[in-house]
Amino acid sequence: MDTRETPEQSELRRSARQLARELGPTTVDGLDDGARSARLATAVRDAGWLDLRADDGSGRPLASGVEAAIVAEVLGERVADVAFTGAVLAADFARRAGVNDDGSVAYSPSLTSVAVVSGSETTTALHSIDSTSDQAYLLVPRGDGYELASVPTGDRDDGADLTRSVRVIPVGTVVQEEERLLTRDALVAWEALGLALTSADLVGVMRGVLDVSVEYAKERKQFGVPVGSFQAVQHLLADAHCLMEGSASIALYASWAVDNLEPLAARAAGRTAKAYCARAARTVCETAVQVHGGIGNTWECMVHVYLRRALLSSQWFGDDSVQLHELSGERLGATVGLP
Amino acid sequence: MDFRDSPAEAEFRARFRTWLADNNPGLPTSSTDDEYWARQAEWHTALFDAGFFGLSWPTRFGGHDLPTVFDVILDEELATAAAPPRPSLGYLVQGISHHGSDAIQDRFLPGLISGRDRWCQGFSEPDAGSDLASLRTTATRDGDEYVIEGHKVWTSYSDVADWCFLLARTDHDVAKHKGLSAFAVPMDQPAIEQRPLRMINGITTEFGQVLFDGARVPAASMIGEPGEGWRVAMTIVSHEREPGELGYVARYAKTVNELERIVRADPGAFRSDQREAVAWAAVQVEMLRRHVCRRLSERLDGVEHGPGGSIDKLLMTWVEQTVGAAALSVAGAQAVLDSDDTALKVYLYSRAQSVMGGTSQVQKNIVATRILGLPTA
Repeated sequence: MDTRETPEQSELRRSARQLARELGPTTVDGLDDGARSARLATAVRDAGWLDLRADDGSGRPLASGVEAAIVAEVLGERVADVAFTGAVLAADFARRAGVNDDGSVAYSPSLTSVAVVSGSETTTALHSIDSTSDQAYLLVPRGDGYELASVPTGDRDDGADLTRSVRVIPVGTVVQEEERLLTRDALVAWEALGLALTSADLVGVMRGVLDVSVEYAKERKQFGVPVGSFQAVQHLLADAHCLMEGSASIALYASWAVDNLEPLAARAAGRTAKAYCARAARTVCETAVQVHGGIGNTWECMVHVYLRRALLSSQWFGDDSVQLHELSGERLGATVGLP
Repeated sequence: MDFRDSPAEAEFRARFRTWLADNNPGLPTSSTDDEYWARQAEWHTALFDAGFFGLSWPTRFGGHDLPTVFDVILDEELATAAAPPRPSLGYLVQGISHHGSDAIQDRFLPGLISGRDRWCQGFSEPDAGSDLASLRTTATRDGDEYVIEGHKVWTSYSDVADWCFLLARTDHDVAKHKGLSAFAVPMDQPAIEQRPLRMINGITTEFGQVLFDGARVPAASMIGEPGEGWRVAMTIVSHEREPGELGYVARYAKTVNELERIVRADPGAFRSDQREAVAWAAVQVEMLRRHVCRRLSERLDGVEHGPGGSIDKLLMTWVEQTVGAAALSVAGAQAVLDSDDTALKVYLYSRAQSVMGGTSQVQKNIVATRILGLPTA
């Protein structure tokens, strides 16, 4: 056992950090700077990161779940307003279904997985997250597995997260079958990646918002001294820091598990990580708002950008409540009797 | 990056699993039963004799010079087999090896590691808890010996110990942190009085008070130099804070496995919040397990042990207290209808984790000031 990053992985982290620092938003107003965000999108695409899980020509992904998680985490650190996790998940999904088109994924209304539809039209509104594609994949049940299908991604809508897009696929959208099959195992393995990447994003969000909050606590003075010198504030930040470190450890395992464990075990590792990270991120971001005091509750303070991103990353593939429900089912057997 | 066993690690795991199948003593978890403490020496010796104890410590003292990940493997196998955790005394080994002379190391480490000699740790006092440096036990030079006067408390296993790793004041004329020295004090002498303490979960053989009234220790049994006691103590407590060093992951996993067994045996009898309390405890234990892997791997880069131990201690505390809460939840009314209920004992014992080895508040002060760099008031 040796859980250290390889030199290549450390280099990837370093270069992603540099790029996110140079091109990521630094103020809330800066989120409206279209020229900057376009440069960021181009840089991410040119770096090849959107293709990390695309087919290497033999059906395998170009890079492991660990590399994809490193980039997701670093982009989370800087609340980078660029499509990454959604695009990588779409590429991984397409690879597993044996298609090479650039697409996105249409998520179920709960956002816990890809949408599964049984008729020729959608019967609920679906959403595509963090993608720029005009086409979104979903599934139609077929025998023991699924058949791939697609719908046009609808218009961009305003989601809670100010850094990643949400598109709405309206009720009654016609479903186009793609004559490609996806096994249950492949779906489970893809969900493992989704859980690992959203967990990694949360780890990044926690680290980023804590950096901002610790700096603020050192600068902001009350009673003539920095508020960060008060133990009441110190202990909030210390708790948050520990939650971030524990999250990093469990998220790392989930990202490794994606390509190294059987699908069900990899997904269980993802659920475990997501349960911990989602709960931790909520506490850490709320702590950040508190440490910033009044200013932390204003639109112009960056802290809510982190909190909002954490809320989407938590719901995407299911938050801590969803994961605990699923894990208790997997580990303890189906619910019988009492509610 | 690989979380899997290397070939050498896999071989070790298989060998230990085989041995454990025939040698699992079937002891209760340490937190709930006096029997564990009574038979811990036997278990220690059995592990040592079979070559499964002191894995990461030097061969010349009875260890095996293996990387610390082997301890993680051992802990995982102990948890899987629902076997008792390995005795935790790595922090004493670290204290002696970092600060003791060659003569001290040769004299004390082999017995400590083999389990032939049993040790306790005499640090805290009734008036010196978090403010350890204000301790008042004195060691006064008298020829080739020091004479000890004072009162130690929260001294685990003092009643069965052969030796006490004692912190005492040897110099009253310097700042409080600078006047302390550490000693290996023989416990078998009439000037030492034992007063066991009963913990809130009822166990009596873990905690004790020790009164020193003119006890004697040879000057040659000082660990480190005169005045080095504070640094010795900091080495020990910082290692005491590490989950990897303590092997507690196995203890928590054992409890969670037991809770899962109880719920699976009668799924209709448990509400969804009880099921989810168990699932959350399992998530926490898994987090700690991977966290320990990550920390031990960092060591391979020579990342030295530092204030990060306080992060690990806080995480470990939260895990233990989450597991304790899950046990209480699953037990429901049973926990209050029977004072011997295991879940009640597990829960009550878990409350000590945020105090022992330095309170959570002290750990948070360390994280805030030494890791986050926040200013001190």
